[in-house]
Amino acid sequence: MPGWVAALLAAALAAQVAWRVATRESGPRAEDLPPAPSDRALRLASLGEPAALARLTMLWLQAFDSRGDNAIPYRRLDYGRLVAWLRAILDTDPRSQYPLFAAARIYADNPDPAKMRRMLEFIETEFRAAPNRRWQALAQAALLAKHRLKDLPLALRYATELERRTTDPTIPFWARQMRLFILEDMDELQAARIMLGGLLATGRIKDPEERRFLEGRLKALEERMKREGKR
Amino acid sequence: MSRPAATVARFALVEALRSGLPWLAAAALLATVGLAVFLAQVAIIEARAVQASVAATLLRACAVFLVAAHVATSVAREASDRVLELALALPVPRSAYFLGKLGGFAAIGVLMALLYALPLLLWASPLEVAAWGVSLAAECALVAALALFFASAIAQGVAAIACTAALYLLARAIGAIQAIASGPAAPEAAAGHAARWAVDAVALLLPRLDAVTRSDWLLYGTPGGAEFARALGGLAIYFVLLAAAGLFDFSRRNL
Repeated sequence: MPGWVAALLAAALAAQVAWRVATRESGPRAEDLPPAPSDRALRLASLGEPAALARLTMLWLQAFDSRGDNAIPYRRLDYGRLVAWLRAILDTDPRSQYPLFAAARIYADNPDPAKMRRMLEFIETEFRAAPNRRWQALAQAALLAKHRLKDLPLALRYATELERRTTDPTIPFWARQMRLFILEDMDELQAARIMLGGLLATGRIKDPEERRFLEGRLKALEERMKREGKR
Repeated sequence: MSRPAATVARFALVEALRSGLPWLAAAALLATVGLAVFLAQVAIIEARAVQASVAATLLRACAVFLVAAHVATSVAREASDRVLELALALPVPRSAYFLGKLGGFAAIGVLMALLYALPLLLWASPLEVAAWGVSLAAECALVAALALFFASAIAQGVAAIACTAALYLLARAIGAIQAIASGPAAPEAAAGHAARWAVDAVALLLPRLDAVTRSDWLLYGTPGGAEFARALGGLAIYFVLLAAAGLFDFSRRNL
């Protein structure tokens, strides 16, 4: 092989690496969510694999605010668009629990009451489409409405919806009687303990990642309460 | 299958096994499993569902692409190297040669499907994986027939791969296209009716590839026996149609 060919290869490789280093983004970008596609567009793009596309899109959405090159945390995202994305994903695979889990456990946990209400409305609407499958998200919404929004009538409405619309006998008793612990004067940690403890004890949470996530949330809540001296 | 056809099929299979195809298939398999393991670290719930659905979707796409590319390049190479003329100079009927090739390529697809179904046992039950694997085997055999039809008609590798991919993607998307064309947002004017009619007419000529090898079988359970048989029956009919069309074209050509 002629020496100049090896030299050319080495120089081209060095130029490629130098180019990528020189054009690297210097800091995180502040980018909001793009408008959501319609569920029909997602279905067309899935090429007959809606379950896989729904989950991949959900992972992308979940990582949107937390990836290294975006400075906007999820709390500052446009919640109108966020809800539209979650709805499109749920419509693409209505049997997936992922969008409502993320809505109830991540996106609804927002200090901005307007955004929180927006997410809770989404959860309530989607719960009505399949109450027996989606009751867990509404139960969490009821707790958030009571303890974060301090909106007892809203929390009671969710608890009543849960009681009236669910018919599956395997749904735990405490979930169908949520009205009681909405009305009782218990604190958020106590209520979360009953709910999460109940969920974990019934063996309904089989996914180890979900169990780890929920246990982490409970621990974080305990620490926050400790800091705020609410125990 | 007649003896000459069986010989041709065996050589098609041996050619594939001695080419880079097994290595490519293994590399795609490893990359997909690696991606699935990575995704499980990112997912906060449904980690197994994410792994199973994404791995199944990617493995399906890899299997179909590798089979189509192998068939198209193999047939195009035979044509350009004049191997085809040499083979047809032997006392082998054209039909036996074509059907032998089809059998060999379909067998490659079946082997690929078996290989790709195995890792899914990590995330789904054996029954679900078996249904998915059988369906992928049928789909790969169909794609082999499709690629053979285009490759022997066009005799150019890239063009044959492009035509196979176009028809395959259209067959996967036609269900969603029909739903959009007849949905509430579709125009009610004459143009809308004409578009719906045209889409329905195209759908009649395509196999229902959106109804087979679905990753949600691995998440929510296998389809009922009747539905599964109907889906595979549709593929079998289309496989016979492609074989007949390919044989018709191969027999009439002046070689």
